[in-house]
Amino acid sequence: MWIYIARRLLAIPPLLLAVSFITYLLLWVSPGDYFTRLQDNPAVTQEYLDTLKAQYGLDGGFFKRYFFWLLNATTLEFGYSFKYDLPVFSLLRERMSNTLLLSIVSMIASWGIAIPLGVLAAVQQGRIIDKVCGFIAFFGLSIPRVFYALLAVLFAAKTGWFPTGGMRDNVEWDDFDGWQRFLDVCHHLILPVFVIATAEMASHMRQMRAQMIETLTKDFVRTARAKGLSYWNVVWRHAFGNAINPLVTQFGYSLAALLTGSFLVEVVFSWPGLARLTVDAVFSQDEPLVMAAVMMATLMLVVGNLIADLLLAAIDPRIRLE
Amino acid sequence: MKNASLSPGQIVWLKLRRNRTAMFGLALLIVLYVGMIFAGFFAPEKYDHQHRELGWHPPHLTRVHLFDDEGTFHGPFVYGHKRVHPAIAEYEEHRDEIVPIDFFVRGDTYALVWVFETNVHFMGSRDPERPLFLFGSDQYGRDVLSRLFYGSQVSLSVGIIGILISMSLGLFLGGVAGYFGGRVDFVLMRIIEVILSIPGLYLILTLRQAFGQDLPSTQSYFMIVLVLAFVGWAANARVVRGMVLAIKENDYVTAAEALGVSRARIIIKHILPNTFSFAIVTATLYVPYYILSEVALSFLGVGIQEPDASWGNMLKDAQNVRNLTDYPWVLTPGYFIFLAAMAFNYVGDGLRDAADPRSKV
Repeated sequence: MWIYIARRLLAIPPLLLAVSFITYLLLWVSPGDYFTRLQDNPAVTQEYLDTLKAQYGLDGGFFKRYFFWLLNATTLEFGYSFKYDLPVFSLLRERMSNTLLLSIVSMIASWGIAIPLGVLAAVQQGRIIDKVCGFIAFFGLSIPRVFYALLAVLFAAKTGWFPTGGMRDNVEWDDFDGWQRFLDVCHHLILPVFVIATAEMASHMRQMRAQMIETLTKDFVRTARAKGLSYWNVVWRHAFGNAINPLVTQFGYSLAALLTGSFLVEVVFSWPGLARLTVDAVFSQDEPLVMAAVMMATLMLVVGNLIADLLLAAIDPRIRLE
Repeated sequence: MKNASLSPGQIVWLKLRRNRTAMFGLALLIVLYVGMIFAGFFAPEKYDHQHRELGWHPPHLTRVHLFDDEGTFHGPFVYGHKRVHPAIAEYEEHRDEIVPIDFFVRGDTYALVWVFETNVHFMGSRDPERPLFLFGSDQYGRDVLSRLFYGSQVSLSVGIIGILISMSLGLFLGGVAGYFGGRVDFVLMRIIEVILSIPGLYLILTLRQAFGQDLPSTQSYFMIVLVLAFVGWAANARVVRGMVLAIKENDYVTAAEALGVSRARIIIKHILPNTFSFAIVTATLYVPYYILSEVALSFLGVGIQEPDASWGNMLKDAQNVRNLTDYPWVLTPGYFIFLAAMAFNYVGDGLRDAADPRSKV
């Protein structure tokens, strides 16, 4: 087990190295760079440009620049964003916490609804609850995230019940006390969380239902019932624990997608998270920022996948990791 | 044993035909793709035909009449709409002005099925001053319905072409890696791991950016397809490799090897056909992913550029909350994206069940 973890962990640095190289290469070959665009701006003087270029070591070729970046990155020094002239790290930290707030709340909501509903649909197989759940699942799987989010914005704008975007009330925020701020953020969270959670829960619910239906036909379930245990006792204590295994893997994958899964919903709701920041950074070729964002998201994905495998091994004694 | 003489394809088709949702999805797809192929014919106008004075015209669809106020029959028609004020996009119906909906009218010239130049349209208004806006018009007064038809040529074909490329790559490279093993396998698997560990949209965005932003639409289209296929092949190749590893242990492969059949022929003739049912099912289920990625790219502004239409760049108008509330028909492309994705999911699910040898005919 420990050897397995050590081996998987050892595989991460070379992977990150490869990813960083590819991303840097892609940024390098893309036509123009941040500074050529800055040159077109008449308000920017040549002197200022030269100091900037010297500061970021941009006079060298590809490999020189890449190693420059890599050396700094190994000491977790990701440099300053070209565009915002702020340390990339602090910029990302703020945005990342916003994204995590949105995606963690959505994750809790989607799993919290999907598992009981999936079990219920399995127990009530073929009856009305099952059919409703099946419909919700299909809807959630097919509806395009962008479109769904836009519909939610339309709903918010028409009814006026919810804000149409952002994370807080920009006008009154400074006058709010702590409790009001908390409520305000919650108010802004409801719709995007609803959109992400209902879309995400579809696949969890479907899988939970399928697993549960299969487990309920097993012999040990019948034995437990024959011993005189109550139905729900058997469902939760005996069947559920066996049915949940594949979902644990899926849970690990949702951990992996925490930073990137809400991407388009964030854009539509103008959520001040990583999505908008990264999109703008890619388009304006803000190299340090793109690199750091991609590295962070990749790390999250890789670690999430590792956790998925470990979780499964932890709860399923039949699986031996070598 | 009445199925004894059926080919596997026929069995799948028999099972699929019993599946009502799958057949519904298939019918929907046929309608959408016929619309795509004959886009110019079904579209009342060309995608870039502007009526500047008729921007944000409301949809006529719910206001189609057969009889006028006196009860006289006219065939399908709509009442003319007049702009209330030149600066405000508000319209009121003029009951005295009848705009008949005509069929097989002559209008903008287009190339039918990309070849035959013609100007006959399935339907439309004969009066160029009073165009028919069944689904409303956009800010430049372009007919949304026409743009939907032309947009489907991008949005619906991206999925098919993208999945064809990525699936062929996945089958080929996965087959090679699984069959040969050793160093080839090692290198390919490491490449796949790297591709799969970069979050999809980030990779798509940086790849797309690498080709430059201001591309003409045709180039942009090919870039999108290539980028999506490049990102998509890795997952397919990994699954195919796993399947090939199992298949190559079969006796018939050993027999073919003993007979001296060339390795290329073994892979193509004896191994890959066993992965086809996986390939077809996965391909169908993955088409929506390509359609949605095109939508995402166009929505973010690096997809198909104006004035060309795609469902994604049409949906971009909805990013503005004002547009969304005042002119809710900007969301129309969204419904079509939804329909297309749903249809592919229905058919894919049906195919998966039908291709499962354990399910009964």
